[in-house]
Amino acid sequence: MNKSVYATPDQVSETKRHILTVLVDNEPGVLARVIGMFSGRGYNIDSLNVAEVSNDENISRITIVTHGTSEVVSQIEKQLLRIVPVHSVTNLDQEGSSVEAEVALVYIYISDTNKKKVYQLCDLYRARKIENEHNTTIFEIAGASERVNRFIKEINEITKVEIVRSGPVAISSIQKNEEE
Amino acid sequence: MNNEITGAEIVLKSLAEQGVEVVFGYPGGAVLPIYDTLFKQNSIKHVLVRQEGGAIHAAEGYARSTGKTGVVLVTSGPGATNVVTGLTDAMMDSVPIVCITGQVPQHLIGSDAFQECDTTGITRPCTKHNYLVKDVNKLSSVFHEAFTIAQNGRPGPVLIDIPKDVQFASGTYEEKNKIIIPSHRLFEPSPDFEKNKIEEAVELISKAKKPIFYIGGGCINSGPTASKLVREFINMVGSPVTMTLMGLGVIGSSDKNSLGMLGMHGMYEANMAMHECDVMINIGARFDDRVTGRLDAFSPNSKKIHIDIDESNINKTINVDVPIIGDVKQVVEKMISIWKDKKYKIDNDSLKLWWDKINKWKEVDCLNYNNEGKQIKPQYAVQRLYELTKNTKTFVTTEVGQHQMWAAQFYKFEEPNRWLTSGGLGTMGYGFPAAIGAQIGHPDALVVDIAGDASILMNIQEMSTAVQYRLPVKIFILNNEYMGMVRQWQELLHGGRYSESYTDSLPDFVKLAESYKAVGLRAKTTDELDDVITEMIETKNTVIADIWVTKEENCFPMIQSGSAHNEMMLSKDQKQDKKSAEKGKILV
Repeated sequence: MNKSVYATPDQVSETKRHILTVLVDNEPGVLARVIGMFSGRGYNIDSLNVAEVSNDENISRITIVTHGTSEVVSQIEKQLLRIVPVHSVTNLDQEGSSVEAEVALVYIYISDTNKKKVYQLCDLYRARKIENEHNTTIFEIAGASERVNRFIKEINEITKVEIVRSGPVAISSIQKNEEE
Repeated sequence: MNNEITGAEIVLKSLAEQGVEVVFGYPGGAVLPIYDTLFKQNSIKHVLVRQEGGAIHAAEGYARSTGKTGVVLVTSGPGATNVVTGLTDAMMDSVPIVCITGQVPQHLIGSDAFQECDTTGITRPCTKHNYLVKDVNKLSSVFHEAFTIAQNGRPGPVLIDIPKDVQFASGTYEEKNKIIIPSHRLFEPSPDFEKNKIEEAVELISKAKKPIFYIGGGCINSGPTASKLVREFINMVGSPVTMTLMGLGVIGSSDKNSLGMLGMHGMYEANMAMHECDVMINIGARFDDRVTGRLDAFSPNSKKIHIDIDESNINKTINVDVPIIGDVKQVVEKMISIWKDKKYKIDNDSLKLWWDKINKWKEVDCLNYNNEGKQIKPQYAVQRLYELTKNTKTFVTTEVGQHQMWAAQFYKFEEPNRWLTSGGLGTMGYGFPAAIGAQIGHPDALVVDIAGDASILMNIQEMSTAVQYRLPVKIFILNNEYMGMVRQWQELLHGGRYSESYTDSLPDFVKLAESYKAVGLRAKTTDELDDVITEMIETKNTVIADIWVTKEENCFPMIQSGSAHNEMMLSKDQKQDKKSAEKGKILV
């Protein structure tokens, strides 16, 4: 059940993480409309990702990770569809199978004592060193969020790091007919 | 290049092609080019209000009484921020509005220029959609799309912000029928939408033993035919029907099936029937908290059918069994044909038992009040107003508070679009400008704003507008010198501590009317009431009728916050149980 000034019956289902992908017209203010709906109605955004899908169609894809009961998430989907420039909303968890990934860039403080350990760990996780003109140790790791989490936890135990993460993007892995 | 015209001319041309007859507005620096173009033409009438807040409520009143789209024209900065309340009001009550705001020239946007504000940013959550038009060649397509969006699906307000340089720039005009609006930007039910659901719903109704129809403002928004069809269908079923504040008039008050309004100050029999029904048919209502009362005790044993054009209303607060997403008119039309085709008939014996039960509840006579003495009771004032206006084509608007509820309870509406009130947002100051808009749309009708002494002062400046355009709007003030509803809640929930709810230093409303060259009337006792009302109706001028009513009258019956439909309070002596009272206190 959702919000009201009155308490709702106790048949609340469990809170789960959901990935929503929202296709929108790429016009000014569209992102503000989407995130404004979340803040205005008190929903959560755990991460957010926006990118243009194709140049010619002028459409962007917004990937939102949120959490809530199935009732709340279904209300979020319906509220998103009310926004005029929104084409479609897909709940990837409901579709059953999807593939997700995110990218993290990690600045690693290296000393002679921990160097070996750091490189071993990065090898293990297939984190790739990014060449840069100052020759600082910046690694890139991509993959499912849990994998990135584990890498960060372990590298943190070795040395100090700075991290930026993209937040996940996801795509349905259900086979589609090419003509569609 | 020859057929290029200025942005301001495109604005007027778009409005004309959309069939706009009247614009409510207020000029200012950033809309001067549009006002200049307005000056040079005669097809569109402009109504000059005295504050932009008045313009948008007037447009709402115009829209809701005529079924057309209301148009507002204001300047940038304060002009735009003053319409925010009205936009939110129109959003909550689903009123089609197109609001045009001026903006500072593009090269000044973002520089904190004089009268600059982020209009599209501020109004994003309180409009269905809004635009900042940067290219004069897109202006006409934006206008045509805006009108379509305002009217399409669940209606609502749309705002168009136009920088001053765009108003001056030259561009080409595109006609309405050349604009293609992508389907995802509009509400379009599929042709054979929800067919199975409709069949399921009709079958459920046919098997009901204790059905009730719960009718909302969506039926009015769907057009007059929708109301006719809803009446027809309910008559076929023979079921009792109750209406929300926004739905009053869809079913005539005198209809044998009508139980009147439901909800917080609704009829006892309507709320009890909602509580005990076995099939509830919600048509165009949204389970608002003023209607449902405590959710965990809301109509516990019923199967619920919900017809709504806005999918986000489905399962928002109340889970329903049969949701149908679509326009009332189309859905009910299908329901009727299915009912006829399958020769459905409701079981007469159980229906009779159900009506017997309801008639018992009716005997409680929940609107009963003590009408002794010379002092005018507010309820009596509304009753007399109804009796003396019922044979005239009358539109009633209200402000917000006790008088609004008494108007809803005691004024009987027989037709849709005759009752204009701020339901969702509860905007004090709505009624008078809305009455101005309704009178503009219906010059020959009687338009009465039933007001309170506190609410009317919120937009009293519009007296000047009413008099300028010779609008014979009647303001019927139930004057108790209190913010009555605030006082009532303080009496019931806050130990009678009337914190700031007494309105000291009220103006002399008769002299106030006279100072605007309108007519002021006053009734202090019951003997004077009928004469004042009759004179008010017969005066062909703007009238303020100042009706002095008993000061501490409460609006009953009432479901107090935190209580359920079957726990209605019929009088002051009946106390809410302590636990619900404590819970209720923190609610609105």
